[in-house]
Amino acid sequence: MIQINNLHKSYKIGSNSLHVLKGIDLKIDEGELVAIMGSSGSGKSTLLNILGMLDIADDGKYLLDNVLIQDLTETTAANYRNRFLGFVFQSFNLINYKNALENVALPLYYQGLGRKIRQQKALEYLEKVGLKDWATHLPSELSGGQKQRVAIARAMASQPKVLLADEPTGALDSNTSNEVMGLIQKINEEGKTILVVTHEIEIAHMCKRIVTLKDGVIVEDKKTNQTLIDTNV
Amino acid sequence: MFSRDRWQEIFETIRKNKLRTILSGFTVALGIFIFIVLFGFGNGLKNSFEEFFLDDATNTLWLYPGVTSKAYRGFKDNRRIEFDNSDLIDIQENFAFFLERITPRINRREVLGYKNKSNSYYTRAVTPAHQYIEKTVIMKGRFINQKDLEEKNKNIVIGRLVEQDLFKNENPIGKYVEIKESAFKVVGVFQDKSGDREERLVYLPYTTRQLLEKTNDKIDQIIVSFKPELGYVGALAFERQLRDFFKNKKVIDPSDKSGLYIRNTAEMVKQNQQFAATLQIIVAIVGFGTLIAGIIGISNIMVFVVKERTKELGVRKALGATPISVVGMILHESIFITTISGIFGLLIGVFVLSRLGDQLEQYFILNPYVDTLTAFIATFSLIFFGAVAGYIPAKRAASIKPIVALRDE
Ligand SMILES: Nc1ncnc2c1ncn2[C@@H]1O[C@H](COP(=O)(O)OP(=O)(O)OP(=O)(O)O)[C@@H](O)[C@H]1O
Ligand SMILES: [Mg+2]
Repeated sequence: MIQINNLHKSYKIGSNSLHVLKGIDLKIDEGELVAIMGSSGSGKSTLLNILGMLDIADDGKYLLDNVLIQDLTETTAANYRNRFLGFVFQSFNLINYKNALENVALPLYYQGLGRKIRQQKALEYLEKVGLKDWATHLPSELSGGQKQRVAIARAMASQPKVLLADEPTGALDSNTSNEVMGLIQKINEEGKTILVVTHEIEIAHMCKRIVTLKDGVIVEDKKTNQTLIDTNV
Repeated sequence: MFSRDRWQEIFETIRKNKLRTILSGFTVALGIFIFIVLFGFGNGLKNSFEEFFLDDATNTLWLYPGVTSKAYRGFKDNRRIEFDNSDLIDIQENFAFFLERITPRINRREVLGYKNKSNSYYTRAVTPAHQYIEKTVIMKGRFINQKDLEEKNKNIVIGRLVEQDLFKNENPIGKYVEIKESAFKVVGVFQDKSGDREERLVYLPYTTRQLLEKTNDKIDQIIVSFKPELGYVGALAFERQLRDFFKNKKVIDPSDKSGLYIRNTAEMVKQNQQFAATLQIIVAIVGFGTLIAGIIGISNIMVFVVKERTKELGVRKALGATPISVVGMILHESIFITTISGIFGLLIGVFVLSRLGDQLEQYFILNPYVDTLTAFIATFSLIFFGAVAGYIPAKRAASIKPIVALRDE
């Protein structure tokens, strides 16, 4: 599903350049649930943003579902993001003046679906994350865990090939973290390919595979004994 | 591009971001409103100006006799110059090339009595030509005519306010008014926009006046109108030749400035037109300035709005919004708001102007108005520049990488 070879990325800071990713090779198959670990500043978010086409690599090859992601116009990139990728952020990034339902419906709007279908699908996904009754609530009226579940519903609504989550539990306490991870496991069970950036080892062990970054290179890549959360949401 | 979905998305955004909507809408509405009102006031000023100065005929020369200040050819100084009937004839005979109409004026104050009412008024003894020179508008009856002049009839034409004073609701035409124990027939009533003073005047034939005063042939002033096709240069030549002629005839030192006065309206008209043009330019500058201020205002707000929405735009892009859809959304929204509020400001402004009407006449603002074309050009330029001002930051926001936009706090 995802294949990257010799990926490089540096940030310009003034006249200096900070080499963050120093040649990453990674292959992720369909249906995998991968945790990306590493200490702060090791380049986890940078990698995920490049995979999510929110940022561009300096060098290297990136294949997403056998499509070469290279020199895309911003419009094409937008269409790929819309159809192939779902994003979940640590800080939720919900649109604060839209209610839960409208937030979930937004990627469907950019898919060009009609209003009726958007509403119906959005409601369906809200139900999946257990928040059907909260559809008309604004983000400010939701708890952190609820917000993240809305964000997951939003990422899933467009039926992407890959779900990318950057520290989805970073702003949550351990109970709600478990809820959110349970949801991610459930979605993975349905066959979705998922990447989760985290620096909590417990969270990483809820995934099926752990890739560890250090100083811009992969230092470890291993399968886990997945800890399953029994979902009661 | 302008699908129903897009409209719904925009209405939703507008409804849920009231402050932003009000802020930009208010700026545009206020800008247009101020523009309309100021521009209207400017036009009102111009109206009063035209009313004041461009009301009388503009092709006239006014001759006033004076008192000499220099001794000349055996005459001492301090000699009072006088006009008489021969001067009228001389002008008609010698200046036919220039002359259009001519009238003398003999001004007297008289008491007019009707029934038990009486009042004192200025009277002007004139020829029928006077009506054209003062642009006197007859409301009832007629002006002094040639027959009156020849027969020295005791006929008078009274101003609207004289009629009001003496006749109340009675029709004055054909009634007899007493002046110095003799009866004068009212043959006409006139009005004059120049003001109350003008409408308290009484006109009579100058021949009648001279008869009353024991057949003397003195005249207070002479007013001549020249053929308009002579233009400004012709008018100056006429003035010069008249001056030379009368200085010679009345034996006034050519360098004596006080023996004879000639007022040439052509010169005044020229000055007045320059003044009116200056006024027009000031009005235009004020209007233009307001418009520029409005455009700067809406531009700032657009920059602010886009800045404030940077993160939201980043989220939208992460969810698959294309740059075109981002720019389109911002522009669509801003054009919608500026159009609605621009038209709103326009209507309010026009409404206020029309309500004010003549209420500001004491401040020399008469019938303030803005012509439709100017109003629409102003409104649309504000909408247009609002859109341009929105386009630049929108374009920039749409082209930054989503990750950069998302980092914006
Ligand atoms: N836009 C940027 N400009 C300059 N440097 C950046 C930028 N983004 C990240 N960096 C730097 O790149 C390095 C890697 O950042 P990244 O966000 O990928 O780390 P991370 O592994 O996600 O860390 P954390 O666990 O703290 O989120 C850090 O040293 C960071 O300071
Ligand atoms: Mg990070």
